[in-house]
Amino acid sequence: MPSSRLLLIVASCAFLAACRQDMHDAPRYEPLEASTFFADGRGSRTLVANTVARGMLREDEHLYQGKVDGQLTDTFPMPVTTEVMARGRERFNVFCAPCHGRTGQGNGMVVQRGFRAPPSFHDERLRTAPVGYFYDVQTNGFGAMSDYAAQVPVADRWAIAAYIRALQFSQRATVGDVPPERRAELDAPAPQEAR
Amino acid sequence: MPQIFKPSANTLAKASIVGGLLLAVSLIGLLIGLGRSSYVTRAQEFIEQPIQFSHAHHVGDDGIDCRYCHTSVETSSFAGIPPTKTCMNCHSQIWSTSPMLEPVRASIRDDRSLRWIRVHDLPDFVYFNHSVHVKNGVGCETCHGRVDEMPLTYQQNSLQMEWCLDCHRAPEKYVRPRSEIFTMGYRPPVPQSVQGPELVKAYGIESLTNCSTCHR
Repeated sequence: MPSSRLLLIVASCAFLAACRQDMHDAPRYEPLEASTFFADGRGSRTLVANTVARGMLREDEHLYQGKVDGQLTDTFPMPVTTEVMARGRERFNVFCAPCHGRTGQGNGMVVQRGFRAPPSFHDERLRTAPVGYFYDVQTNGFGAMSDYAAQVPVADRWAIAAYIRALQFSQRATVGDVPPERRAELDAPAPQEAR
Repeated sequence: MPQIFKPSANTLAKASIVGGLLLAVSLIGLLIGLGRSSYVTRAQEFIEQPIQFSHAHHVGDDGIDCRYCHTSVETSSFAGIPPTKTCMNCHSQIWSTSPMLEPVRASIRDDRSLRWIRVHDLPDFVYFNHSVHVKNGVGCETCHGRVDEMPLTYQQNSLQMEWCLDCHRAPEKYVRPRSEIFTMGYRPPVPQSVQGPELVKAYGIESLTNCSTCHR
């Protein structure tokens, strides 16, 4: 019967397809794949201790530590533009809002789940803190907050610091702070929430 | 001596030709169907992990953004699996004594990586870059489905080539504004048939269907 031969061919093709996976899974590591070769089981290797990649030495104290002459600075290492503020808002909402809340009052969802409440950004101590302080806390952590150096790149940490400053201003702003020609917008419906 | 073939044998012979062909066709159809089924693609299948991590809880209930953990998704070909430290940012205090999270604590204590089971594993002969998709208006949800509703993570789609090509041939069917990439349950404010072509034009998205786009 012709169908039985066809069946045999089709079936053996199916088996062939099932057996050969070499090219699906090539002998190389995918990012973060486990390894049996290295003692710690990690295919992705960490940097050797006390080494710095060429061009990656962090000499700029202002940019990388938020300090000038060993003191936390109140100036930004980059111009604060609209783009920086927008980036700061976006990154704040991703990385900070879970605890600090979107307005910085320290009542984010993770706090509502039981994490120790952080101080409000609108407290006197934090309102008067230099911007370098916010960069420093993001970089090194503070109290219950772990550092965000691995999750947030340097430029973003500064953008977040700038946005925190804006949040602080926002909570104490008066109508007088709004340019007269734009005051009408205050009564307009709120724009769609930025993400 | 009686006849070997009765008159009905004529019908039987014809029927067996038709039947044989039908059988062959349906068998081929079955194999094709099987190849696309979730039995082969492993789509829609919950994957057991070393820890019962729930995206439904972390994303859906807590509203944590995708990027909080998958930090490299916008800049790298690989979205990134968070290091244990990211878990401990919160779980140093929340559920810090839960037996369910003991493997997490053990991981940080002993400096051993958690061995998550990969859910989305493309064949190695496919080049794929997360960041370029994220930058060009492909929402997480478009490929990964409603992750915020997955108690255990599963692969939403087949990840087969025809599935990739469905979008690569007509990206306007799926692209969304860059501001909505990480939104779950996104509904276009204007019909996709209007918004899609506009976004494709605005973002300069090309329909890349050359073999070497992915097989390089």
